[in-house]
Amino acid sequence: MNQDVKTKHRLLKISILRYNPKDPTSHPHMQVFELEESDSMTLFIALNELRDKQDPSLQFDFVCRAGICGSCAMMINGKPGLACRTLTRDLPDEFSLAPLPAFELIGDLSVNTGKWMRNMSERMQTWVHLKSQEIDLTRIEEAMDPALAEEIYLLDRCVECGCCIAGCGTVRMRPDFVGGVALNKIARFRLDPRDTRTDADFYELVGDDNGVFGCMSLLACHDFCPKDLPLRTQIAFVRRKMAEQGLKGGAEPAVPRKSIPIRAA
Amino acid sequence: MKVIYTDVLVIGGGLAGLRLAVGAKRRGHDAIILSLVPPKRSHSKAAQGGMQASLGNVIKGQGDNEDIHFEDTVRGSDWGADQDVVRMFVNTAPKAVRELAAWGVPWSRIRQGDRQVIINGEKVTITERGEAQGLVAQRDFGGTKKWRTCYVSDGTGHAMLNAVTDRAIAESIPVHERVEALALMHDGSRCYGAVVRDLMTGELMAYVAKATAIATGGAGKLFRVTTNAVICEGMGHALALETGVATLGNMEAVQFHPTGIFPAGILVTEGCRGDGGLLRDVDGHRFMPDVEPEKKELASRDVVSRRMEERIAQGKGVKSRFGEHLWLDITLLGEHHIKHNLREVYEICHYFLGVDPVKEWIPVRPAQHYTMGGVRTDHTGQSRQLKGLFSAGEAACWDMHGFNRLGGNSVAETVVAGMIVGEFVADFCEKPENGIDIPTKVVYDFVRREQSKLDALCKGSGTEDATALRNRMQEIMTSKVGIFRRGQDLEDAVTELEQLLIRSRSIRVRDAQPGANPELVTAYRTQRMLKLALTIAHGAATRKESRGAHYREDFPVRNDAEWLKRTLSSWKNESDTLPTLSYETLDVAKMELPPGWRGYGAKNYVDNPATPLRQAEVERIRQDLAAKGADRFTVQQALMPYADLLPDELRGRNERIDERFA
Repeated sequence: MNQDVKTKHRLLKISILRYNPKDPTSHPHMQVFELEESDSMTLFIALNELRDKQDPSLQFDFVCRAGICGSCAMMINGKPGLACRTLTRDLPDEFSLAPLPAFELIGDLSVNTGKWMRNMSERMQTWVHLKSQEIDLTRIEEAMDPALAEEIYLLDRCVECGCCIAGCGTVRMRPDFVGGVALNKIARFRLDPRDTRTDADFYELVGDDNGVFGCMSLLACHDFCPKDLPLRTQIAFVRRKMAEQGLKGGAEPAVPRKSIPIRAA
Repeated sequence: MKVIYTDVLVIGGGLAGLRLAVGAKRRGHDAIILSLVPPKRSHSKAAQGGMQASLGNVIKGQGDNEDIHFEDTVRGSDWGADQDVVRMFVNTAPKAVRELAAWGVPWSRIRQGDRQVIINGEKVTITERGEAQGLVAQRDFGGTKKWRTCYVSDGTGHAMLNAVTDRAIAESIPVHERVEALALMHDGSRCYGAVVRDLMTGELMAYVAKATAIATGGAGKLFRVTTNAVICEGMGHALALETGVATLGNMEAVQFHPTGIFPAGILVTEGCRGDGGLLRDVDGHRFMPDVEPEKKELASRDVVSRRMEERIAQGKGVKSRFGEHLWLDITLLGEHHIKHNLREVYEICHYFLGVDPVKEWIPVRPAQHYTMGGVRTDHTGQSRQLKGLFSAGEAACWDMHGFNRLGGNSVAETVVAGMIVGEFVADFCEKPENGIDIPTKVVYDFVRREQSKLDALCKGSGTEDATALRNRMQEIMTSKVGIFRRGQDLEDAVTELEQLLIRSRSIRVRDAQPGANPELVTAYRTQRMLKLALTIAHGAATRKESRGAHYREDFPVRNDAEWLKRTLSSWKNESDTLPTLSYETLDVAKMELPPGWRGYGAKNYVDNPATPLRQAEVERIRQDLAAKGADRFTVQQALMPYADLLPDELRGRNERIDERFA
């Protein structure tokens, strides 16, 4: 660990977007807080100190404070990231914090990623579609190739933090675009032999401009993913498979599909 | 005011609550899950190393079965566990792994042939069987005779939570996110649901249900140094306690995990030691074999944590500006193993410590980790005092962990309890006599009562600051009710906590803004946390023996003659400053495994007078049946029949490579 003994700590100037939509007198504005930095200070520590000592009304979300639950994504000096594992020593003396764009604002730095992700899950049907609902739990489990199990886990590591959506250019133009998180899930379930769905089924979910064909390949999702998921290659791969599927189904008339608004009120 | 009606109200959206709701829904009952946070952010997520289930697939798990898992768990509990419940658990754990395997959990799988592992600091080659190829793998964990811990790299809880949350979505079970239950509605003998606050709008609502289940996890935030998430504040325990009727069991039983990273307290998994990692002191000396020759780094967590603190007290800690710590060395496992099987550990070391665990040692010190105590229930998960109130998972005390839980047994308990209690909740809802007819006036009265408490915090004449009270409470709990406990410290802790509780009745919220109001949340939770802290401190001060994680320096011996009993606490009157304690005796004459030495840790204990008798009886039954060539199931049945206790659906035996079905 870092054993440097610093005699003097920096005075941080943290500019935070404040707004409480439930309070009719509140209006969005940036508020600057001053805070003395401490050793190994994370934004988790800094924000709690601000709330405890300076402004008890400050809203933000933390759960695990260990970088594994995805609750605390926010715009850190203009870039989406997990606040709990961001060390202040990696930031300048003055920096800004803002809520993730594209999600419903609850207040200050707190946004409703949970609602967005549940809608996404329902729309993408992010569960293994079982061969049979009845499983004989007393029998030995079905074997699976160890390398395949690890490949599935690598895609399953997504924490649904929302950084990929906040960084996405397409989402700005198409609010119903499913984004990196959903396309990664399609890749994950496509890979899973326990899921009975075929590419024809997945095409129904993401074979349009709100799905994989809407992606402009700006790939900020890949750059900002805190779990380093291989979104670039997975999106490209899903796009190729869906294009193949689309060509196969070319003879059939295009039927407009029911669109489930991902940001339903 | 909103009143929402459902069959089953599940409070808590972690693994236990989700699985319970799925079970009830599949039996045709509507279920609603309430969750403080989106369910995939629950603390179940943080389980890293794995879940115990005696599949016996790996070669080092060969011969494993329910009997061995049962004995390991009871020994781990220091004989505090309910042995019937442990039996129900170990028989269901393999089924839980197999169900999750079908639901999509990417369990790490076995590759047949030779592989190199680290055992006791040495490189060893082991050979996996051909018939195990592709089956779920197991790793070694503390306090177990066999390699039994099934895992997904070191993100086991994460992968399980993904699969079970997604299953709940597939079953169209609504999760009401960002809401908090403030009080149970009840009439002193029957629970009718809960008063609930919306954490986004501040609005109060009532949920009326035939069955209400508390599955809210642990209470680690009562302590300053904990591996628990910030939401683990024991609010489910408080819901039950504040009824004045329901009881909490064994609240003084608190587990400290040996390897919280220092000083932040973030967990690095027991899998580090299970896979061959070593503990070292300031001189780089591996000290565990000196003090625990049998199990070394892999004794149970209570024992390893105490040995570590003893080492620091002997002046062998590593001094840093935040205090003293020891080292966890996993460098010997090699880069490939760390980056594939201990991936989260690698990330945590990188981001929070700036340490590369492939090359450097990790600074660690024990941190509060698990709440063995909880809402006291019977083996079906139902409260004995409040009909229709159930509990499952870490929040419950049904009681499978006794005074110390084994690593890998809690994430296993979440889904197993969800499966078992889910069936019993469904059974309960099916019976016509369990219908409810609660007048709306009663509902409104409960909501009004909660509203007036919130109003008092916002508009009252108090002057106390909730954060200051909470900080002091956490400090007291960590410094005086921690790993080593002394009578005087505990008395002091109780006295000061009582004063804090009285002061907490005069908390004033400075900013009464509409909406979520985090300051108000801190205020009402702090009042409840102080009551829970008192159940722990008072229970610990009163229990004059050492058992499992409860270690009294002034009473270092486990005393089965006087203390083979479960502590029950209730909070009779709102004006009380202490819980009312009572005790429930464990019956040695019915135990399958009578009390004895655990196989690690101190060897001194005072026998219960009934123990030698029962021990002789157990040995006689075993010998008689062995002479008749009886199989292990017949022996078990003769010692402690339990199969009738399980729901019908979960009664079958478990197939293994070495125990094939016909």
